[in-house]
Amino acid sequence: MPEPPQPEATAAGTVLCLRGGTVCDATGERRADVLVRDGTITEVADGLTPPPGARVLDCDGAWVVPGLVDLHAHLREPGGEDAETIETGARAGALGGFSALVAMPNTSPPLDDPAVVAAVAAAGRRAPCRVYPAGCVTRGRAGTELAPLGELYDLGVRVFTDDGACVADAGVLRAALEYTRALPGAVVAQHAEDPALAADGHMHEGAWSSRLGIPGRPAVAETAVVARDLEVVGHTGGRYHLLHCSAAGSVALLRAARDAGLAVTAEVTPHHCVLTDECCATFDPLYKVHPPLREPGDRDAMVAALAAGVIDAIATDHAPHPPVTKERPFEEAPPGMLGLQTALAVVWTHLVAPGRLTPAQAFAALSWRPAAIAGLTAEGHGGPVAPGRPAHLTVFDPQARWRLGADGLAGPSANSPFLDVELTGRVRHTVVGGEAVVVDHEARR
Amino acid sequence: MTGMRHLLGITGLDRPAIECYLDDAAAFWEVLGRDIPKVPALRGRTVVTLFLEDSTRTRLSFETAARRLSADTMSFQARGSSVAKGESLLDTVRTIEALGVDALVVRHPAAGAPHRIAGWVDAAVVNGGDGRHEHPTQALLDCFTLRRHLGTGLDGCRIGIIGDVAHSRVARSGVRAFSALGAEVTLIAPPTLLPERVETWPARVTHDLDAELAELDVAYVLRVQRERDAARRLPPLHEYYARYGLTEARAARMKPHAVVMHPGPMIRGLEVATTVADGPRSLVRDQVRAGVAVRMAVLFRLLGSPAGGDDA
Amino acid sequence: MAGSRPTEPQPEAAPGGGRFAFRARVFDADALRRATIRIAHEIVERNRGATDVVLVGLPRRGPEIARRIAAAIRSFEGVEVPVGTLDVTMHRDDLALRPVRPLGPTRLPTDVGGRVVVLVDDVLFTGRTVRAALDALGTFGRPRAVQLAVLVDRGHRELPIRADFVGKNLPTKRVEDVRVRLTDTDGVAEDVVELWAPSDVDTAAAGGAGP
Repeated sequence: MPEPPQPEATAAGTVLCLRGGTVCDATGERRADVLVRDGTITEVADGLTPPPGARVLDCDGAWVVPGLVDLHAHLREPGGEDAETIETGARAGALGGFSALVAMPNTSPPLDDPAVVAAVAAAGRRAPCRVYPAGCVTRGRAGTELAPLGELYDLGVRVFTDDGACVADAGVLRAALEYTRALPGAVVAQHAEDPALAADGHMHEGAWSSRLGIPGRPAVAETAVVARDLEVVGHTGGRYHLLHCSAAGSVALLRAARDAGLAVTAEVTPHHCVLTDECCATFDPLYKVHPPLREPGDRDAMVAALAAGVIDAIATDHAPHPPVTKERPFEEAPPGMLGLQTALAVVWTHLVAPGRLTPAQAFAALSWRPAAIAGLTAEGHGGPVAPGRPAHLTVFDPQARWRLGADGLAGPSANSPFLDVELTGRVRHTVVGGEAVVVDHEARR
Repeated sequence: MTGMRHLLGITGLDRPAIECYLDDAAAFWEVLGRDIPKVPALRGRTVVTLFLEDSTRTRLSFETAARRLSADTMSFQARGSSVAKGESLLDTVRTIEALGVDALVVRHPAAGAPHRIAGWVDAAVVNGGDGRHEHPTQALLDCFTLRRHLGTGLDGCRIGIIGDVAHSRVARSGVRAFSALGAEVTLIAPPTLLPERVETWPARVTHDLDAELAELDVAYVLRVQRERDAARRLPPLHEYYARYGLTEARAARMKPHAVVMHPGPMIRGLEVATTVADGPRSLVRDQVRAGVAVRMAVLFRLLGSPAGGDDA
Repeated sequence: MAGSRPTEPQPEAAPGGGRFAFRARVFDADALRRATIRIAHEIVERNRGATDVVLVGLPRRGPEIARRIAAAIRSFEGVEVPVGTLDVTMHRDDLALRPVRPLGPTRLPTDVGGRVVVLVDDVLFTGRTVRAALDALGTFGRPRAVQLAVLVDRGHRELPIRADFVGKNLPTKRVEDVRVRLTDTDGVAEDVVELWAPSDVDTAAAGGAGP
């Protein structure tokens, strides 16, 4: 990928020794210490002796994995800095074990313009973890005219999405899929919710919405778009990624497309694997997300699809909103919840600890699979943990029990249902480009 | 029943709790018939009506109830939502509470707004209608009206709720209250005006009004909510009236003693014929007077005892 | 006194957490009947007949006592005196001090304007119930006069209120309790009025009342 002149944050001259942990990456698991010099992994072996002057990071009892990669973070800059900035979002990411975030383009102005994308990319290189802007599929995310996909591609953009809005026009989607076939590694990522079927809805349409009188967004709003899109992909070719899959019906469609050999990937959020529409009975807009929290059967289908590999990745859909916007009735509050700081811990607490995912499955879904989808493997994200690779590493203590309090949040927003809830498993250290940006749960920059 | 702090919905009230409100309402109904229909029970207390959606009828009914109990009243109204005014609902409510308020009657276009407010204030909160969710005092006054009219309880009474159930907070509260008191409720509407997963409601469902008419003791006619998205869900309105309107001919086919109710405001000629709305079967006027007695009972129960106790 | 009772009341829990014990019988059924009849005579005598009189009982036991007075007047005067019920709960000034009680019915048999209303209650104590009753009565109209009849006046008034017709003046301690039990309202076999006291007040007299 062509590099603009701005230098990345590096760790020239520093030597780190990650000692005592168990390494897990796409090649398997092994007991090993990891030596990092000048931003690059130099040795991976059991019982390394730290060289003089090396900073030792204690990894006793912990997993050492390739830095996590989030395909789906709303960092709000430019335009929404009262909710989050690239810097605070990247700090939240680092605290959550992420070395790379894909920043969603629904900013103000949106990321449909080379100048705006270049500015975000530049800020992203200086941030506590790496931030890679996604680009809009259509101008102004209006769903009618294609954005300058090639120009954005040349700035390094690989993920194109109108997230927050669905590319509802099948002709526009077809054009985007066909055009990006000429851009190797590019992927069209769809927010699959039919705007007419989801119209004016604020939660999942089901027994709970019926009871609560909150207008609903039915599962068919998602599955109808997924079914149509996969038909289009079958016709055009091109790479298609389904953002935040939430409905059980989408899983069968994905499986069939995969079996037919289509280049289709999918992600799910931690909250869609853990929470259900019953949470909305509190009328607390913390639980308002698009797509909405669905029924227990949908939730369980998400976890099963992750375990079966039908859904490739776990992505946060980290969506900060300043507190004042959540001091409203459910129907008037904006959708979205925080995710970066709690993603791995929530997945561990609810999916890995109860044995529904193996540790390796969880790390795959949060690191090397999303890295491959977003074209970030070449940037050194997603491992493997091997000599010569850039040092993006996360150290995760699976035994730690902790609570994230409001005072522990990196940004100005606090819209997380996982605040003050006991979680099992906590990110201990995060190394980005050879720099220890989180040490012993504390952000160092 | 004692110690209830808010009235946010019929949800959460069991039969004895509902009956307790109705019994108290009977005592206040008697007060309303006196030469001076006013008692000093809530002297020195302040009741604020916070109506963020237009509804003159309900607001006047609550304010009349508060004044008949000798409470002071204040009225806070805004067109549109608090969002439109740029102030958060929390800020609005905190401002009002700072004036010194014992009870807050909330009408809001969004479901659950009174529940949110109840979490923010010390005052008692009464749900005066929230979005499509609940309208508990309407349900109580309907039960009260029916109980008075029947002279007995509602056990076995066959109530048909006709019309736009999907968008109706009156229906959501009414079905819960009627069925809790032992009535048999049938929802009568075209499929597009029925709520999703209607099989989870404690009611029978039919799309055929004519087949059901002769069975009903009560025809409860809902307003067609034209300001919401009913237009998209319905063919032209004359077709609706032809199939679901309570016409004079249909009213004539009801049981001799069957009655007609409507939560108001009525759209005559769309849901119900004028001759039916004003006819001998109509309990509409009784419903309005019952509204004041029921709301007196609610305010009296929430404010007439020492603070403290369980949440609603 | 207590030794003549067929069954002995046992000390029982008092609202304040202490226990109450039986102290003395104020009226037995016969004495209560005679006091009621005497009150009926006094009402007729005071009002020079009973034509304009309306008896209004205050729940719980006032309405029953009013009915008995009306029956007595009918028997010796041959006049049917209207009897009503007036629940004063929503007129009380001490609502905030106690849990809300279920509201009782209010039924006035006739227009009270220009009539003589005799309020009837079992026990006159602080006077607050009577004050609330006067207040409530005012919402129905303007009686020519309001009088008050009670079975027992136990003193300790907190307001300038006195009874016109009294079955018995009973000096009591403030903490004591005068208990009226009528066959019609309390399900007892015989009417009785008793004085009870907290067990720790004069324990010897209270606790020593065994067989």
